[in-house]
Amino acid sequence: MKVLIPTPLLSYTKEREVEATGATLMELLADLDRQYPGLRFRVIDEQDTMRPHMRFFVNNAQVFDITHPLHPTDSVILVQALSGG
Amino acid sequence: MARTTRKSTSRQRGSNVRSKPATRPRTSRRVAVLVATRKGAWLFHGDTQRKTWRADGPHFLGQIINHLVLDPRDGRTLLAAAKTGHLGPTVFRSTDFGRSWKEAAKPPAFAKVPEGEKGRAVDHSFWLTPCHANEPRAWYAGTSPQGLFRSDDGGDTWEPFSIINDDPQFRVWMGSVQDGTPDGPKLHSIIVDPRDPAHLYFAMSGGGVHETLDRGRTWTPLVKGMEVVEGFDAANIAFHDPHCVQMCPSNPDRLYQQNHCGIYRIDRPSKEWTRIGKQMPKNVGDIGFPMVVHPRDADTAWVFPMDGQTVWPRTSPDGKPAAYVTRNGGKTWQRLDAGLPKSQAWWTVKRQAMTADARNPVGLYLGTTSGELWMSRDEGRRWTCIARNLPEIYAVEAAEIG
Repeated sequence: MKVLIPTPLLSYTKEREVEATGATLMELLADLDRQYPGLRFRVIDEQDTMRPHMRFFVNNAQVFDITHPLHPTDSVILVQALSGG
Repeated sequence: MARTTRKSTSRQRGSNVRSKPATRPRTSRRVAVLVATRKGAWLFHGDTQRKTWRADGPHFLGQIINHLVLDPRDGRTLLAAAKTGHLGPTVFRSTDFGRSWKEAAKPPAFAKVPEGEKGRAVDHSFWLTPCHANEPRAWYAGTSPQGLFRSDDGGDTWEPFSIINDDPQFRVWMGSVQDGTPDGPKLHSIIVDPRDPAHLYFAMSGGGVHETLDRGRTWTPLVKGMEVVEGFDAANIAFHDPHCVQMCPSNPDRLYQQNHCGIYRIDRPSKEWTRIGKQMPKNVGDIGFPMVVHPRDADTAWVFPMDGQTVWPRTSPDGKPAAYVTRNGGKTWQRLDAGLPKSQAWWTVKRQAMTADARNPVGLYLGTTSGELWMSRDEGRRWTCIARNLPEIYAVEAAEIG
C-alpha cells in the first residue's frame, strides 16, 4: 500500500510516498523499518507507543492503536504535527 | 565524564598521587572544539596556537544535539546524541571526524514492559562517555529520563547497562518527570576510573551520585556531605541534585562536583564530600552547572556560577558572567572575567558546556545559552569570543587532533 511520509522523515525515505506492506500498522512500520532502518524508532517508542505529535491516518481516519488492521488498498498517512520553537 | 582530551594514568588506586610537574604537550597537534546545540552541531578547528578557528557546520541542522564527543582511543570517531522536537532520540556516528554520519542501528531504549504495565521511553540521550582505554569501541550513555546504557560496538547498538534502569530502589531515587530539571531528569557524569574499568561513577539530577567497584553489579550511593534544598531530608537519595561531577586525570581519587546546593570535593577512599564552595564570594554564591578540572593539577578546578536565588533565574549573577578558579583544592577562589562582558550579559553556561584542553597553559572553552563560544588560552586569565549567534549551546568538548 502507499504510505505518505512527513518531511522530518525524508532523510530516511528520500521520497514523500513509499510502498510498504503489512496486515497491521505495526507490521507496516516493521516493513518501513526494514526498508529504511531507524525510521520506526523515530516515530514509535520502545513501549510501542506513538511518539507525541506523531499522527497516523488510515483512509483519512486518525488511528491511535498500532495493532490497527490494514488492507492492501488502504491509504496510510504519517503526519508530523509540528509545534514549538 | 566525557572529556575527550585527558590522558589515562596507570597509577594504582589508593596511592597518594600528587600533581605532576606540567609537561609541555606536542604543539603540532590542534584542538577541535565540538559544539552541541539546540539546533545542530558545529566543529571549530583551531590552528596550532589556538588563535584562529574555522567553523565546520552545521551538522544535523534543526536536530537537538545534547552531546558530541570524540573517541580519544582512535582520535577520529565521533558520537552525537540527537533528537528533534518530535522525532524520537537517536545516536549518530562518524568514523571520519564528521565528514559522514551513520545512525545507530539500535539507539538507547528502555526494556519493553509486559502488556498492561507502564514502561519508560527514552526522551533523549544526554551524556556520552567513552569507556576505558582497554575497552576499545565501548561507550556509556546516560539518558533522560534517567537510564544507563552501554555499547560495545562503537555506538552502533546499545543495551541497558546494569540493573539500575529497572531497579525499584533506583526508580524511587530517580523520581518522575515532575522532580527533574525543566527539560527532563538526567543521568550524567558517567566516569570511568582510568586505573580500573570496573570502577564507575555516575550522577543523576536528581538522584545522587553512585559508585560501583564491580562493573555495575552492585552500586553504592555516594552522597554523604552533600546538602539538599532546605526543608528536604538529606538522608533521602532522591533529593540530591548533583549537576556535574568530574574526576581529576592526575589524581583519579579526587573528584569535584558542582551541585544544585554548592561546590564539593571528595578525596577517596573518603566517602564524604566537603563543600568547598563556601569560600566563594557571598554575592556570587556557589550555585552553577559546569565543573572543569585541570588535566595535570588536581588542586586546580574551574566553575561558572549562575544565579540560583529565589526563582532560579539561571543567568550570570547580576548580569556579569565570570568563571572562578581554585588553585588549592577549593580553599580559595579567584574571579576570571577579563574579556567577558562587564554588565548586562544575562547568559549562563550549561553543565556540559564548559571544558578544558590538555595544552600548557590549559585552554578553557565555554558555550553560552545565548549561542556564544568563548575560549581562554591562559587558563581563564583572559577570554576571547570564538563565535557568536549560534543556537543555544548545550555541550562543548575540546579534542586534540592531528
